[in-house]
Amino acid sequence: MTVKAEDVSRRYFRRTGGANYFHAVHPVSFEITPGEVILLMGRSGSGKTTLLNMLSGLLTPSEGRVWIDDTDLYALDDRTRSRLRSGRIGMIPQGRSAVDTLTVLENILLPAGLYGRALPTEAAGQWMEKLGIAHLRDARPAELSGGELRRMAIVRALAQDPEVLFADEPTGDLDDENTALVLSELRTFAHRQNRAVFMVTHENDALQYADRIFRMDNGRITGFPES
Amino acid sequence: MRSHALPLTNLVRKPGRTAALALLTAFLALAVFGGSVVVLSLRGGLRSLEARLGADIILVPSEAQSKVSFQNMFLQGTTGAFYMDRSVLDRALEVEGVERAAPQTFLASLKADCCSIRIQVIGIDPSLDFTVQPWISHSLSREMGDMDVAVGCRVEADVGEIIRIYEQRCKVVARLEPTGTGLDTAVYCNMNTMNTLLRAAEEKGVSHRIESGDSVISAVYIKVRDGYDIGAVNSTLNGRIRKVTAVRTRSMITGVSDSLAGISRTVTILIAAVWLLAFIILLLAYGMIIRERTREFAVLRLVGASRGKLSGLVLTESALCGLLGGLLGTGLAALLLFPFAPLIESALKMPYLMPDAGTVLLLAAGTVVLSAAVASLASAASAVRLSRVDPGTALREEN
Repeated sequence: MTVKAEDVSRRYFRRTGGANYFHAVHPVSFEITPGEVILLMGRSGSGKTTLLNMLSGLLTPSEGRVWIDDTDLYALDDRTRSRLRSGRIGMIPQGRSAVDTLTVLENILLPAGLYGRALPTEAAGQWMEKLGIAHLRDARPAELSGGELRRMAIVRALAQDPEVLFADEPTGDLDDENTALVLSELRTFAHRQNRAVFMVTHENDALQYADRIFRMDNGRITGFPES
Repeated sequence: MRSHALPLTNLVRKPGRTAALALLTAFLALAVFGGSVVVLSLRGGLRSLEARLGADIILVPSEAQSKVSFQNMFLQGTTGAFYMDRSVLDRALEVEGVERAAPQTFLASLKADCCSIRIQVIGIDPSLDFTVQPWISHSLSREMGDMDVAVGCRVEADVGEIIRIYEQRCKVVARLEPTGTGLDTAVYCNMNTMNTLLRAAEEKGVSHRIESGDSVISAVYIKVRDGYDIGAVNSTLNGRIRKVTAVRTRSMITGVSDSLAGISRTVTILIAAVWLLAFIILLLAYGMIIRERTREFAVLRLVGASRGKLSGLVLTESALCGLLGGLLGTGLAALLLFPFAPLIESALKMPYLMPDAGTVLLLAAGTVVLSAAVASLASAASAVRLSRVDPGTALREEN
């Protein structure tokens, strides 16, 4: 799957500060191809997460288009776009992202369960084993630490075997050892299975795992691509 | 975890939240089901009273009205007796417009050694009767023999049992269906039995002003021929037959009917007020709870739930919660209403006849469905608002 951003921008209405609108993301165009790990780096508030949300189908751009192969993602109705996201696009959001009433395993299997697809129980087990949370499969999110919750979100995204994976600070709550483990696994996932990984991060340690690096400042992508 | 199992899982694994919402809905269901059963029971009681009276006019001795309240006799089973000559029956039949006339004779038993229980005994003439006989025929397929009695459903005597009235042994041959009126506390017999009892009562020194032996009666029930004005026939009867008062049954029922309308109105207003209050509380409760769960719903959007699917999950969960509350409230109302029906009846001092099981079940099912629908409706606005929230932004704000 190829993801293409075509003059994608996002602006928000603002009452104060003179101008009526401010651009969270200025028009930007680039392509994400299978088998590569792309890092998007930049300061807080530079528009990284907004861009990532637009690329992953969660936030409608103010202008421009996002293409998934030959499909204009935002020309699809919400139902079709949601189904496509659920089946083909993986997403690791910032912070806690668990349904509290479900166990860890149920949370991981949720995307497939929503649309009645075969539950990737075996893949989930393997990824949980790899990321060291296999023993927590029946635990509830309230019983987990921040790092464990983060790894649960990573397993949930990877277990669906998405064609493209968007990750927003995936190592934010992890210690050095687990950071290295996760970054290594994401790189392996992209290269061995010919999947694309687009990752927003502050971690300089992540640089060594990237195929391309974008830097973002004040809603603009600068100095790209680095590799 | 399949999406259809998610609402139930959420309810089961958050028992405190589920219980609070279910209790709110239960309150609504209790008011709707309980109030409806009370109103239906009162209406049933009035219908039953109309059917049991079954006549357009009742003739009684003129002094009867000062001795006992007819209304209380029928509504609350007050005992009483008054007598007139049986010839009143023949004279009534001579009046133009009178289609049928049936005599009844009343006798009140005593709370003394001679009588098993204190009750009103009503003698009927099976060959003429058109008010009590159809009711008795539901419980007894043959005619009552001499010294046989049929007892109202609230008389403490079983079929086959012998009860003593003024030392006379009477055999219970039937227990009658409930009417929800004072008639449920009376005992019915034929005129031969009644005459035997009247003589026995006289021997016991109970004065009954029996002047003409077996030809004494207490009331004549009159059915007016179709096409005749009941009021006009009533006036003619009052004018032609001396020392007798003709009373229109409708005038007896009108008072009950007016009181019933008042109670029905009060109960309906109460139900409406409880509805409004419970709905507003549910609206606020669902609004707050769904707002609290923004992150959870944002996660569902994030992993691929469409807006429609998300709204569906919220509505299903609230409907299930409403269903649970509806069952709880209906069950609680049933526990309060059915065992305590006699208490409610005596407190209201009105004819009170519970609806049949089919109607009660239908009403219960309707209340439960209504509770689920109301709970869904209360959460609908929040569900729609929630589905419009951008999940990425919601998750960032919640972190």
